[in-house]
Amino acid sequence: MLATAQTFTLDGISARPVRVEVDVHRGLPAFSVVGLPDTAVREARERVRAALVNCGFEFPLRRIVANLAPASLRKAGPGLDLAISVALLTASGQLELDRGSIAMVGELALDGSVRPVPGVLAIAEAARERGCEAVIVPAENGAEAALVEGLEVICLENLGQVAALAAGEWTPERPRPMSLDRRQGEAMPDLADLRGQRHLRYALEVAAAGGHSLLMVGPPGAGKSLAASRLPSILPPLVAEEALEVARIASVCGRLGGGGASGRPFRSPHHTISPAGLVGGGNPPGPGEATLAHRGVLFLDELCEFRRDTLEALRAPLESGWVAVARAGAWRRLPCRFMLVAASNPCPCGRGESDPECSCAPLAVQRYQARLSGALADRIDVLAAIRQPSAEEIGGPAGEPSAAVRERVIAARERQEGRLGAGRSNAEMTAAEVRDCALEESAATLLAEAYARRRLSGRAHDRVLRLAQTVADLAGREGIGHEQVAQALQLRRRDSE
Amino acid sequence: MSEPNACLDCLRRARLLAHLAPYIEKISSAVPGSRSPELLRLCNEDLAAAAAPKIAAQVLAEVDAVPEQRLRTDLLAAHCWACCRHDPAFPPGLGDAADAPWALIGRGDPCLLERLEPQGAVTIVGARRASTYGRETARELGRELAAAGLLVISGLAFGIDACAHRGALDADTTVAVLGCGPDVPYPASHRSLWRRICERGLVLSELPPGTGVWRWTFPARNRIMAALAGMTVVVEAAQRSGSLITADLAADLGRDLGAVPGPVNSRASAGANDLLAGGACLIRDGQDVLDAMLGPGVRKAERVGADLDARLRDVLAVLERGAETSDAIAAALDLDGAEAASALATLEALGYVSCSLVGVYSRTLLSAPAI
Repeated sequence: MLATAQTFTLDGISARPVRVEVDVHRGLPAFSVVGLPDTAVREARERVRAALVNCGFEFPLRRIVANLAPASLRKAGPGLDLAISVALLTASGQLELDRGSIAMVGELALDGSVRPVPGVLAIAEAARERGCEAVIVPAENGAEAALVEGLEVICLENLGQVAALAAGEWTPERPRPMSLDRRQGEAMPDLADLRGQRHLRYALEVAAAGGHSLLMVGPPGAGKSLAASRLPSILPPLVAEEALEVARIASVCGRLGGGGASGRPFRSPHHTISPAGLVGGGNPPGPGEATLAHRGVLFLDELCEFRRDTLEALRAPLESGWVAVARAGAWRRLPCRFMLVAASNPCPCGRGESDPECSCAPLAVQRYQARLSGALADRIDVLAAIRQPSAEEIGGPAGEPSAAVRERVIAARERQEGRLGAGRSNAEMTAAEVRDCALEESAATLLAEAYARRRLSGRAHDRVLRLAQTVADLAGREGIGHEQVAQALQLRRRDSE
Repeated sequence: MSEPNACLDCLRRARLLAHLAPYIEKISSAVPGSRSPELLRLCNEDLAAAAAPKIAAQVLAEVDAVPEQRLRTDLLAAHCWACCRHDPAFPPGLGDAADAPWALIGRGDPCLLERLEPQGAVTIVGARRASTYGRETARELGRELAAAGLLVISGLAFGIDACAHRGALDADTTVAVLGCGPDVPYPASHRSLWRRICERGLVLSELPPGTGVWRWTFPARNRIMAALAGMTVVVEAAQRSGSLITADLAADLGRDLGAVPGPVNSRASAGANDLLAGGACLIRDGQDVLDAMLGPGVRKAERVGADLDARLRDVLAVLERGAETSDAIAAALDLDGAEAASALATLEALGYVSCSLVGVYSRTLLSAPAI
C-alpha cells in the first residue's frame, strides 16, 4: 500500500517542499530510502524503526521503500524522520490522519519523542505559502512556528500523540508565539559601561544614526570591543518585518532559543575565519557570519590580522546588502545588510608609535597601517582614534545610558527616512542624493577649502557629505552648516596617499 | 626663455652611460663602499675602457653610429627634453662638480631650470624607512620652503623624499632627480606622485629616456642633487645611510649642510644627529634653512596662520602639551565629542594641525598670530 506525507527541507535560509512517499508491499523485509538523501536522512531508517516499536506501533516486516520527491533536490538533516514514520504508519494501515493538507517536521529519538530541528520558522512560512492548513512541529519549536499566522500549529512531544490526534482523542492547543520585540537594550550590555571616551561615544552615535561603518584604532584594552558590543543597544529597534527576517536566519542556523529573539544580532568572528565562513559557503551553500549579522552589527576585531581575501569577499555584500554564493549545482542569495564595525591596533605591538615603549620599526608600522586603507577599508566611513582611558575616567561616573542615546539615534533615523524613504539611511545615499544635500554657504566654503588643501578624493568628498548629513540629522537641522561639515571632516576615515 | 638645448656630443654621452650601465654596475659593486662612481669623471674613451675593456671600441662605435635624428626623436617620444653643459640654461651649480653630468634630460617645465641655481634651491633627503616624525617634518619643511620661494629638490624615493615632494607640491612646485630615465617612474608605487611632478614641476636625470635603475645610479644621482642646491638638509638618516652620501658630496662641494635632530635614542636618526655633532646646521623649521642659506632674517618663512578664537587657541595649546587624539583633547578641555571634533577639523582646515591614518593629531610648524 502507498501513502504520502508533506514535509520540507532547508535550502539556504528558506525551506523547499518535499513529498515523502512510502510503499509497503510483500517481499523480503527491507527498508530503503531513495531520492538524494544525505547521511542523516539515510540513518532515519534506524531511528524510525526504533521509535515505532517503542511507541507501541508495529514495524512491518515487509519490503518498505521511502521515496523523497523531488528526487533531484538534495535532502539534508534529520527533520524528515517524522514525515517518514507517519507515511509508513499510514501505508501499513496503522494510522489514518484525516486532517486535510498537513505538513510535518521533526527528528525522532529512539524512544519516539520528537526532538527540535532548525529552521522551523522558515518551514512554517513555506507551508503556509504552499497552502497547507496545519503544520506538525516538535514541541520545543512551537513558539517559533506560531509566529506564522493563518496556519494551525500542532506541537508534538512524541510519536504516540499522532495516533491520539488521528483518533480525535487529543485536541492540541495552539502554542503562544515567541516575542520578537523583546525590549531591546534590557538584556543587552549598556553603553553606560563605557566611561570617559567622549570621542568614541560621539563616533558611535554618529555611526549608529547614519548606519555608517566604523573603524576604531587604539591600544589593546582601551575599550574597542566593549564599545562595539554596545552598539546594537543604541540602534533603533527592529520593525516587525526586520525582526522576522532576523528570527528566520537565527532559526535556520539553530540559534533561535525558546525565549525569543533578542533584537539586533552582534557577530564577532575571529580573524582566522575563512572567506566561506564570513560570507557563506559550503555545498549546499549555508549562511556565513555576514548573514548571521543581518540587520545587526558585524564586528571585525584586529582588522589587520584578517586574511586579505576574506576581507575582499565582504566588499560587494557590504554595498548591495546581499551575497550570492554559487557552488556546483547550487546558487543561493543570502541577505546580509549589516553595520560594519572594525577595530585595529595602531601598530603591530599595539602601543602606538608615539608611546616611548613602542618598539615597532617604522617600516613595519607603515606596512601594518597600509592594511587600514585596503579595499574593504575604503568602505568604512568613520574613524575613531582611541586612547587608554585615565584612572579617573575608569573610576568616574557611568556614561550616558544606551536608552538616551538611542532616542537621539531614532529621531535622526526618522528624519532620514522622511527624506530618503522607509528603511534607508544616510550611509546608503546614492551619489545623486548626496549632490542634493542642502549645504549652507559657509559649509560649502569649508568643504571646498578642505578639498583643495588636503586633496580629498571624490569618494572622500561624498563620504564627508554623507557624514555631515548625519551630523545635521542628529542636531535636528534642516540644512548642513559649517559646524556639521567640520565635524564630518574630523570623523571621516583618512586615506593614505 | 628659449627652449633648452643639448649638443650632439653631450647627448651621445648620455646614451653611452645607458649602454655602459650594466658594466659600470659590475665594477662598482666589486668595490664596496664607493660613494659616487669615480668613473663618471672620465672622458668617453677612458670610461668605456675602464668599464668594459674588452668591448670598449665596439660600444663606442655603436653609440657613435646612432644618428642625431634618432637621439632627438627618442627624447620627443618620451616627452622629454635635454639641456647640456654648453647651454646657457644649464644649472650653474653643476659647474662646481668635477664629475658633473654632461647633459640633463628633463621632463616637465623647462622654465624651472632658470630658477635652479644654488642660492635658490634646497635638497631634502632622508631615510626611506622613515618614522611618522620624519615624514611629517619633511613634508612641513617642503611646504614651508616652497612657500618661501625656494626650489625643493629630492629623489622621489620612499619615505622622506616623497614627503618633501608632497609638501612642496602643496605650496608650489618641486624638482625630482632620478636614478633612471626621467620617463621611468621609480619606485613604481610613486607613479602618481611622479606624474604630478611632471605636470607641475620638473623631473631630471643624466640618463636618457627608458634607462632602468642600477645600484650605481643612486649615488650618481645623489651627486647631482648635492650640486644643484645651495643647501642639503638631512631629515632622518641612520648611520651608513645613502642620505649621508649626499651630505658628504654636498660638503665636498662647499655647500651648506643641515640636519633635523632626532631622538637621541633613535637608530633611525643617528646619522642625522652625527651630522649635527659634526657641525651641520641645526634645522628645526623652514626659517632655519632660510637663515642659513640667505643670512639671518633676510627672508621670513610664511609661518603665521589665520586668526584663531579663544577656544581654538585652547585646543592648540592642549595639543602642544602632548594630547594627540580627539578624545584626549576633549577630556583635557571638558568638551563633548562634537565640539572637539569641530575644533580639530577647523584647525586642520587652517593648516595648524595634521592627522595621521590612525587618527593621531600632530602640530604643524604654522604658528598662531599674536593676540
